[in-house]
Amino acid sequence: MSRIVGIDLGTTNSLVAYVDGAGVPRVIPDEAGRKLLPSIVAYTPNGVVVGETARRQLARHPRRTIYSVKRFMGRGWDDVRDEARHVPFAIVPSAEVVRIRIEDREVTPPEVSAHVLRALKQQAERHLGEAIERSVITVPAYFNDAQRQATKDAGRIAGLDVLRIVNEPTAASLAYGLQRLAQGVIAVYDLGGGTFDISILRVKDGVFEVLATNGNTHLGGDDFDRALVQWLLADVHAQHGVDLAADQEAVQELRLGAEAAKCRLSSEERAALTIPFEGFTYHRDITRTDLEQLIAPLVDATLGPCRMALADAGLAAAEIDEVVLVGGSTRVPLVRQRVEEIFGKTPHSQLNPDEVVALGAAVQAQILAGGITDMLLLDVTPLSLGIETLGGIVSVLIPRNTTIPTLAKEYFTTSVDGQTAVDMHVLQGERELAKDNRSLARFDLSGIDPMPAGMPRIEVTFLIDANGILQVQSKELRTGKAASIEVKPTYGLSEEQVSQMVEDSFTHAEADVNARLLIETRTEAETVLNHVRRALAQAMDLIRPDERETIDRAIAALQAVEGGTDRDAIRERTIELNQVTERLAEAMMDAALKGAVASRRADEILKEP
Amino acid sequence: MTDYFEVFGLPRKLRIDPEALQRSFYELSRRHHPDFHQGAGAEAQARALEASALVNRAYRALRDPLARVEYLIALEEGRELREETTAKAKVPMDLLAEMLEVQEALEEAKASEPTEETAAQLREERQRLQERYQAEADALVAAAPEWDAVIDAGGERRGLVERFKQRLAVRAYLRTVIDDLTQALGEDDGRVAHRRH
Repeated sequence: MSRIVGIDLGTTNSLVAYVDGAGVPRVIPDEAGRKLLPSIVAYTPNGVVVGETARRQLARHPRRTIYSVKRFMGRGWDDVRDEARHVPFAIVPSAEVVRIRIEDREVTPPEVSAHVLRALKQQAERHLGEAIERSVITVPAYFNDAQRQATKDAGRIAGLDVLRIVNEPTAASLAYGLQRLAQGVIAVYDLGGGTFDISILRVKDGVFEVLATNGNTHLGGDDFDRALVQWLLADVHAQHGVDLAADQEAVQELRLGAEAAKCRLSSEERAALTIPFEGFTYHRDITRTDLEQLIAPLVDATLGPCRMALADAGLAAAEIDEVVLVGGSTRVPLVRQRVEEIFGKTPHSQLNPDEVVALGAAVQAQILAGGITDMLLLDVTPLSLGIETLGGIVSVLIPRNTTIPTLAKEYFTTSVDGQTAVDMHVLQGERELAKDNRSLARFDLSGIDPMPAGMPRIEVTFLIDANGILQVQSKELRTGKAASIEVKPTYGLSEEQVSQMVEDSFTHAEADVNARLLIETRTEAETVLNHVRRALAQAMDLIRPDERETIDRAIAALQAVEGGTDRDAIRERTIELNQVTERLAEAMMDAALKGAVASRRADEILKEP
Repeated sequence: MTDYFEVFGLPRKLRIDPEALQRSFYELSRRHHPDFHQGAGAEAQARALEASALVNRAYRALRDPLARVEYLIALEEGRELREETTAKAKVPMDLLAEMLEVQEALEEAKASEPTEETAAQLREERQRLQERYQAEADALVAAAPEWDAVIDAGGERRGLVERFKQRLAVRAYLRTVIDDLTQALGEDDGRVAHRRH
């Protein structure tokens, strides 16, 4: 059997991991040795690029570079209306699944995510030297059925058989448990780029039993950045009298700068932000206190779910043995402080909070592969499942925090003589009225034999599998005949749509590989061009006029091919330009001016740890 | 309906050692959980899924002493147990009479915004009812040895079942009044309250 990999499909970054021959889970790096693949997808005129290459397109092509798409997975227009205002790409209003418009085409969030998954798949295949077709993918514990299904669809579109959807905090607990780093009753506080989860587990005898989970699928580091950007926009306006709010490129520059500053403020008391805009250079010192004031309400919003999870687990904070931190946003000191306050004990993150979910996914993959037999994860369904009854009231069939897999049976009959079909509306959520809950699907039960009203007895089985995904079966008890069910997912893709997308992805795969290579080559050319231009501006008098002429010719030659699609030509001329500027670089080094070449942009600062 | 006591190989008795129950829950989970049947055929996988779901439901029904009584009553009466299904026993007349005053205050509070004073009274009343609600639960759990003795002696269960049902009915009624009070006080957040079983 082929290997199964574990994937953390994150809002900001994604990772792929596997368990090696010695039984140790490891994150698989890309060719450049990077473990985190930015979950960013850029749709360029030449094809699709993913990750670091796509990130470089963010500021330049904000309308066709998609980030944080996880926030749109399995959502309807009503859920994301607010979100849509904050992203530079266009979200199309629709009655069903959300779509993103990129120039003349529209894509769905699972298709965008599939590009990230495909990149991870290729990364794993290159590293392991074998074809990868099966995976475990993690999702926030608080993801509802539609969001889980959308994630599974994304896997299929990427050519991956998704054997299991695992909750992120529980995956993290598996990584800790494998190394015996956590025992007893543990709370996993997971604050990522776009989502928040709290899960409370009992770890005993190799069994990881989730007692309760809660969270918010629209709360994370992205929101911290957003608060900081709003503050910076106001500051730019105050300092320079310019309103940049409508300038997508400028907002993206600010967002990248804000993100970098936020990260720096986790270890330092202040961070300096310098961003060159057209006509002026914006400079701002940001203190940790500034940041904390901005994000305090967001951090506090995680405390309610913590209390509810404790209540559902029937535990007091004092009964928690250990608190584990997961997700990049738990590096923020204010977050650690609040967690310590609510649980009354110092939280720890012995395993890298960026990697621990992927490592746990790899452990779950190994369990499924039969490689680990002494560990078992018993997870729960995060939201109550019910059906709409008379008067729009929800009748709960499976309460939240029920251990999965689980099932419930419900019985229906007809109200009119000869009626052959019954429909039902399935919902998820904790509210009493159907309209306040998340509509999952409408089911049409048909093929009931005509009988007097009230005679048929139709048994419907609602089964939530180990992925937290609903399956519905039904049968008419008098005839024993299976009634056919047509599912109309409210915010999901139909089977036909997914199949079509799988097909399309094969058609585009080759083009996308070529696009990535071309754009990487172009980006490299642009970087070299920029460096040379800057160096020339600073060190013109260090070289002879004939040397200057050679360099100018090489620049012109590169510029002539840079916008084209001939990758070899761009690469050759980039190398040539590099060669003819060697003397210039030496001269600058001699003049001890080397440091001046590196005038860095915000997105380059980000690459540093 | 399925006998969840049988799933764990237990007699139909109310006193269960929680440690032992958890141990056999883990053991059965290890045997049936779909994680350990990935390599099997589609049919075997479907069977594992159903078996695992049954074990999970059985554990949920039995792990909490109070939920256990509710389940037991349903089992004794051969009903399907559902979250909001309450035993259809009658609420005693004296309790209804006692509640008349509260109900009146409730009606008034619903008709118009309660004054500070009324609100304080309603809160006090709710506190009292919550204590009583808890006392009923304690009484139910405390009756477990009595039930077990009847089972051991092979005696007549009808009387005890009726008594349990009565207490459950009182609890259900109190719950409704408490929820109504919460709503009248404007402290309701529209969430469905789930007890942990």
